[in-house]
Amino acid sequence: MSVLVRVDDRLVHGQVVVGWGRALTLRQLVLVDDAIAASDWEQDLYRMGVPGDMSIEFASVDVARERFTEWDRADDHGMVLVSDVDTLAQLCAVAPVQRVNLGGIHQGPDRTQRLAYVYLSDAEAQELRALADRGIAITAQDVPTTRPVPLREVLG
Amino acid sequence: MSDELRGVVVSHADLASALVEAVERITGRQDGLVAVSNTGCGRELLEQRVAEAVGDAPAVVFVDLPSGSCLQASAHYLQTHEDVAVVAGVNLAMLIDFLYHRDVTPREAAERAAETAARAVRVLTR
Repeated sequence: MSVLVRVDDRLVHGQVVVGWGRALTLRQLVLVDDAIAASDWEQDLYRMGVPGDMSIEFASVDVARERFTEWDRADDHGMVLVSDVDTLAQLCAVAPVQRVNLGGIHQGPDRTQRLAYVYLSDAEAQELRALADRGIAITAQDVPTTRPVPLREVLG
Repeated sequence: MSDELRGVVVSHADLASALVEAVERITGRQDGLVAVSNTGCGRELLEQRVAEAVGDAPAVVFVDLPSGSCLQASAHYLQTHEDVAVVAGVNLAMLIDFLYHRDVTPREAAERAAETAARAVRVLTR
């Protein structure tokens, strides 16, 4: 199974390292974000949230283009994190992403609530629809113990 | 007193408001502490809530965990505000002590809070 790409504006936090980390026996996190990849102090901040039995790699979208196939081979024991739908779309444009988890996209400009933990603007909804039309499997699920909600249900 | 530090408690779910309420019940004081929850927030919105809670006065931001979204938002805010200090691992003992020792710098208050919290953790066995 291909590596799971999670969209979560909190990036490295409890649901990821504890909830998903234990359920999937995660050993490797990859945070794809151009700004964080260029900021040492932000990387230090995110490293603080990574348990000792997990490692984390920081990458720009450009680097992700080169590295994604390697992350994909690590499959069940890795997770790729992006903070928003725009970054997801950029990643999907340069890498063979197959599975996407919408884990936390919260209130923001022009966004309306779709689930308790998913708010989307019309433009973001359209971007996700376009990715799904390309064959990418997209579901919303904040923690592994809740039901995965198919994108069509999220968008209504 | 307006020149005393403000305390902002930032947590997952309703922990912060419960801690602030508990401090009020114990001390009878309703000043000095403000609660912020991360419920429904991405990092930017949570940072905005922290900024609103701090206002324009010197403050200590008390965060529940030494990692995660509450710390990230608070640490981001700290980057651009010199009159703020952040301390992670909030507990009731440090908040009560803070309430009575707010005429110091944010850094001094945060360091005192960390020491108070550590002293408050005890192990009892039979």
